[in-house]
Amino acid sequence: MSLIRKTAAELGAMIAGGEVTAAEVAEAHLDRMTEVEPKVQAFLHVDRETTLEQARAIDARLKAGEKLGPLAGVPIAHKDIFATRDMPTTAASKILEGWRPPYDATVTARLREAGLVILGKTNLDEFAMGSSTENSAFGPTHNPWDLTKVPGGSSGGSSAAVAAYEAPLSTGTDTGGSIRQPAAVTGIVGMKPTYGGSSRYGLIAFASSLDTPGPFARNVLDAALLHEAFSGHDPMDSTSIDAAVPSVVEAAKNPDIAGMRIGVVKEFGGEGYQPGVLARYHEAVQLLESLGAKVVEVSCPSFTTALPAYYLIAPSEASSNLARFDAMRYGLRVGDDGTRSAEEVMALTRAAGFGPEVKRRIMLGTYALSSGYYDAYYGQAQKVRTVISREFEAAFQQVDVLVSPTTPTTAFSIGERTDDPMAMYLADLCTIPSNLAGNAAMSVPCGLADEDGLPVGLQIMAPVLADDRCYRVGAAVEQALESRWGGPLLKEAPSL
Amino acid sequence: MTMLYDEALDRFEPVLGLETHVELGTKSKMFCGCKTAFGAPPNTQVCPTCLAFPGALPVANAMAIESTIRIGLALNCSIAEWCRFARKNYFYPDMPKNYQISQYDEPLCFDGYIDVEVNGETVRIEIERVHLEEDTGKSTHVGGATGRIHGADYSIVDYNRAGIPLVEIVTKPIPGTDRLAPEVAKAYVTELREIMRSLGVSDVRMEEGSLRCDVNVSLMPRGSSEWGTRTETKNVNSLRSVERAVRSEIERQAGVLAAGGKITQETRHFHEDSGTTTSGRSKEEAQDYRYFPEPDLVPIAPDPAWVAELKAALPELPSVRRKRLQAEWGLSDLDMQAMHNADAFDLVEATVAAGAPPADARKWWMGELARRANESGTSLAELPITPAQIARVTELVASGALNDKLAREVLEGVLAGEGTPDEVVEKRGLRIVNDEGELSAIIDKVLADNADAVEKVRSGKIAAAGALVGGVMRASKGKADAARARQLILDKLGVSE
Repeated sequence: MSLIRKTAAELGAMIAGGEVTAAEVAEAHLDRMTEVEPKVQAFLHVDRETTLEQARAIDARLKAGEKLGPLAGVPIAHKDIFATRDMPTTAASKILEGWRPPYDATVTARLREAGLVILGKTNLDEFAMGSSTENSAFGPTHNPWDLTKVPGGSSGGSSAAVAAYEAPLSTGTDTGGSIRQPAAVTGIVGMKPTYGGSSRYGLIAFASSLDTPGPFARNVLDAALLHEAFSGHDPMDSTSIDAAVPSVVEAAKNPDIAGMRIGVVKEFGGEGYQPGVLARYHEAVQLLESLGAKVVEVSCPSFTTALPAYYLIAPSEASSNLARFDAMRYGLRVGDDGTRSAEEVMALTRAAGFGPEVKRRIMLGTYALSSGYYDAYYGQAQKVRTVISREFEAAFQQVDVLVSPTTPTTAFSIGERTDDPMAMYLADLCTIPSNLAGNAAMSVPCGLADEDGLPVGLQIMAPVLADDRCYRVGAAVEQALESRWGGPLLKEAPSL
Repeated sequence: MTMLYDEALDRFEPVLGLETHVELGTKSKMFCGCKTAFGAPPNTQVCPTCLAFPGALPVANAMAIESTIRIGLALNCSIAEWCRFARKNYFYPDMPKNYQISQYDEPLCFDGYIDVEVNGETVRIEIERVHLEEDTGKSTHVGGATGRIHGADYSIVDYNRAGIPLVEIVTKPIPGTDRLAPEVAKAYVTELREIMRSLGVSDVRMEEGSLRCDVNVSLMPRGSSEWGTRTETKNVNSLRSVERAVRSEIERQAGVLAAGGKITQETRHFHEDSGTTTSGRSKEEAQDYRYFPEPDLVPIAPDPAWVAELKAALPELPSVRRKRLQAEWGLSDLDMQAMHNADAFDLVEATVAAGAPPADARKWWMGELARRANESGTSLAELPITPAQIARVTELVASGALNDKLAREVLEGVLAGEGTPDEVVEKRGLRIVNDEGELSAIIDKVLADNADAVEKVRSGKIAAAGALVGGVMRASKGKADAARARQLILDKLGVSE
């Protein structure tokens, strides 16, 4: 079997055992990228030489007898929102085009430390604002299952790269579902860790209280290995939690869910959901029951108000976070011809540098924080957030994990929702509550919808710092379904 | 038209308010590890965080939080058990993030007071809040006449200052100061400065901007209880300017009101040269800062036990110390006030600690040394002489080895860099003539040269001996003990007093 079809765990073991070199593994993936990138367009930046240099350096260290982690030499693609000191970092925005940070994000630094080899930087919705990757200033990414479909968003480049076998692993960030939703619609595993479980340092901020770095992989164990490799307390991020990383790898290896209490969220999965999505979802719930879990229905009535609350909180924070892009110290500068004031140059640069969705959210957020509106909008949304957190807490008194469909529909067509922001925002209906509450949540593949043959994701939500439960349940679902299907759902990207 | 101060005060009563910013003297910045040294080359004390590079995050400086709590405790404030930083959003090139991390409705310290002495009266100034924030960078506007942004050709920004911890201390409105308003304002800022010094949290140098003051003033007609519209005067960068700015604003506002005008709520700028204020931006067109809790930082929740420890460990505060020393030294209120005004307190205390009698220590610092500092345009503390050296000089005088005139010469020598007092005495040969034989010979010569005076003394006009003593002092180049010389002269002339 070709190297690109291997799991990250297998590749790590092969490299460590000297069966194959990191350079050979990197080369195989770079070749795959050369072959499929014209169709998928998952990457914004690829530099073959830099990648191979990194791989050769790992090979040299291993050859010298150095003991590295289980993913040493395994290639990875980073969402282009993580700062990388040897590659451009743009957040898919014209305002940062060509900018090279003088530092690494903590996530990228730790993964370098663990010996992972960077294949490149992946596409995203500009500043992670979107659910389809169509808001990228550099063009959309295509879903490997059907090139006319979106790969989800905002981490659509990262989901597509993994689904297209261009990379065994990738990083993403999840602010309202930006890892889980792309994972669901590309048929891979995506995990949003507990907020504060993974460092935000060097991650270009969209909404600080929600942004969470997390892993993509084609299977649960690989996701766990990656999760473990970059997680843990970071003194550079005040909001990072100073606690032991949950034992996610161990959980992924022990998919025993007998006796586990699983809550089905009553509010998610009724009207407005695609029948094929609901069918796979209900089958998955039955499967969990057949594996010995106790399934009960749990009502979380406030979850339906999560979406509007999110669209006040996230844009409010974004309006402030994105103020730093002002042409003064880095990035794009427009109109600086000696006749204009700094204020005019700032305004011209921001007008030219930000795309329409980013502008929409800056305006929304600026409005929501304005004097006289703050209480009615931002203040009220924060109250909703508190209520949602309490509902999660109450639910987790009754059950160990909650489940729902990850998304109401399978991948939609490129261009289908670009003129209808509300329809686009609905893609994150089920994922947003966990961002507001900060708890752990995963999407695992649970089959293909009958009507379009596209992947469906099952969302598994666990309490804060109980990320391991997502992996245990995810691994159980994966194992049971793969034995039913006779192998992974995604044997190969169908359209490539 | 402005109105003369006295007339203004006949017709109106002022209400004051003061906002003071103190740059803390922490080694590193508020939210990153950059150094905070003053005067470093531009943009050399910067990093991704204080330059607001994408993805960089703030981490709060624990020492700055501790210092702020200590300031709050010294100002008799309550300390919040839980509070948050907030973002104050506005665009300006010297603020890298285009928002300032500050505190909004949850200050770290609140509801305090300090007492200040003005003309022997104690005035209580109530403190509304003490909060922690970060400083901005420093813009320099090049070209144009005013140094302000309007009319400038271009502006340059130094981000070294961006992110230095800044404590803002806001008073409640201060009514009832009446004619003393300018002095109260100055006394308050002076007292704050001393408190900061005693806490060791800041070097509080107004000329370097580590202590900055905004002065709010409003007037109401005498007999009214309804406060008038206030203005906020910025750029008040010395203690003297605090006093002048209040006075000038009172005179200006009184003129406007007396002419039937209205005071605009606005920011005004103080000009050191003219001592007057000019209009800045109007508050009506003021920005909406869109404050919201800073999501990049966790709340501050100081452990009450720790706060109690900090409180117990506060140093003796300046007002308490002044009262204690006044009693110990037996000085008058006036002496104390003069020393306070001259910033001589620490120096006198150190001199006393080095062994000098308090009266002598005060005399030298407030007399000869104050004069010399004044001549050279420096502060007392900057004179190149130590309290220990002054103590040594007083010791030499007390032992009879020097008289006051010689002591002044010794001080001159020390200030000129000629060495320690003992070295100067040695090098310049300044020891009093103690040799009776030598003194006797000088007297004999003076008596011989001043027959007229000698005759007058002999005939009973003892006052004429003064001229003979003066002659001895001249002849000895001041090294004679004047009292001893006088006694010897009278003995030689066979008269007694």
